[in-house]
Amino acid sequence: MNTLTVLWLRQLKKYFRSKARIIGSIGQPLLFLVALGFGFGPIFSKAGGGNYLDFLVPGIVAMTILFTAIFSGIEIIWDRQFGFLKETLVAPVSRYEIMVGRTLGGATIAVLQGALVFVISLFLGFTPNLMMLPLAIVFAGLIALFFTALGTAIASLLDDMQGFQLIMNFLVMPTFFLSGALFPLTGLPSFISVIAQINPLSYGVDGLRGTLANATQFGLPMDFAVLGILTVVVMGIGGYLFSKIQV
Amino acid sequence: MLAIEAENLSKKFGDFTAVDNISFKVEHGSIFAFLGPNGAGKSTTIKMLTTVLAPTSGKITLNGHDVLKDPNEVRKNFGIVFQDPSLDDDLTAYENMEIHGVLYHVPGNEMPKRIEQLLGFVELWDRKNDLVKTFSGGMKRRLEIARGLLHHPKVLFMDEPTIGLDPQTRNHIWSYILKMNKDEGTTIFFTTHYMDEADKVAKEIAIIDNGKIVAQGTSAQLKEKTKANSLEDAFIELTGHEIRHEEAAPNQRMRMMRRMRR
Repeated sequence: MNTLTVLWLRQLKKYFRSKARIIGSIGQPLLFLVALGFGFGPIFSKAGGGNYLDFLVPGIVAMTILFTAIFSGIEIIWDRQFGFLKETLVAPVSRYEIMVGRTLGGATIAVLQGALVFVISLFLGFTPNLMMLPLAIVFAGLIALFFTALGTAIASLLDDMQGFQLIMNFLVMPTFFLSGALFPLTGLPSFISVIAQINPLSYGVDGLRGTLANATQFGLPMDFAVLGILTVVVMGIGGYLFSKIQV
Repeated sequence: MLAIEAENLSKKFGDFTAVDNISFKVEHGSIFAFLGPNGAGKSTTIKMLTTVLAPTSGKITLNGHDVLKDPNEVRKNFGIVFQDPSLDDDLTAYENMEIHGVLYHVPGNEMPKRIEQLLGFVELWDRKNDLVKTFSGGMKRRLEIARGLLHHPKVLFMDEPTIGLDPQTRNHIWSYILKMNKDEGTTIFFTTHYMDEADKVAKEIAIIDNGKIVAQGTSAQLKEKTKANSLEDAFIELTGHEIRHEEAAPNQRMRMMRRMRR
């Protein structure tokens, strides 16, 4: 086994051992699917938008991945608190390698969690384009990697959980609500439209929607390019900040 | 060659000077005790020696490698038992050992044997598949020591390694460490508040107080210098009777908050 594998495996073992976490994190997406999916469905189709559940599910899957990924990244703060971080920081391996191993682990969990919500949505009546599923998984993976690395970068700068609420309310929630996960990005007031277009999650949501529900705003190549480039950049920044951590 | 050399090492946190221009040398194969009251700067020094904290000024060389310029090479040369817990509570004892083994490049074919040997040594082999969060404080400490020894480091740092252990376990662990020191020439650098322990095992002792090294030498030399009968008396003579206050680091404060919430 090498460093990457052992740290990746660590995240997965911890994930599968905390059943409460798995079940707990299904609750919110499920509520969104039921309340919004069925609540706004009639209005959405009356307005000529088509089937709202088909529109909504990719957004909610993206949301699930976003939340799980950011949390996985921020878990570094817990590791710092409980001391395990020190153990990895004094090890004779490159800190970039440690960061990448952790990020891959966190991203895998986020994709699994997204897949779980996807499966549940099938029972609620979502009818995806299964031919495009492999490509959808690629997009899910990119969203997961980007936001896990972002969480890692942020957590590398924080000493404790004090700033957590700040991150939730001023970063994670706006990222979700202004990404086109819940509503189409057409005909919006221009300032919201601008925010949505500089929001990385918009491209993730669009990629998932383009593959699973055959509806895209920016086009899949664009989604892939934007997310791919941003992921590489944020992995680099996250790795750098992680390598500078002091305990 | 020297195992550790620190020159004019200082660390400031804002206005507070935790370590104030200290210099010392540790010979290869030596057993070096770093003693001092709470808050004297022991752990801060160990953190700087082990690459996890950058000094404000000064130079450190470990096994010939510059700690500031070449941290990756330095990390190959030492092992450490931290003062604070550093285990992953959600993993088993065996998994904690295994991660350490992989991170420290212990050859895969030797790993199971060594893990069994060391877990057996600290009497945790029959608990190897239990999650660490079910362990008592003493068991966790034993596991951390076993883990620190897994990769046979050239220099072993131990920050209050025997805290919370009963005399039997302390003796047991020290006899193993002394054997490693003798057989493999492992340099030992440790801190402790048990003066008898330092007296018994250390070949050289440095006493730090308020960030400065106030005395250094063998136990006998320190006793002679202060005309004291025991190392404990010498220690008190050198550092005074006043009880020290130690500021909690942010992570320690957090640990307390979490405990309160439970």
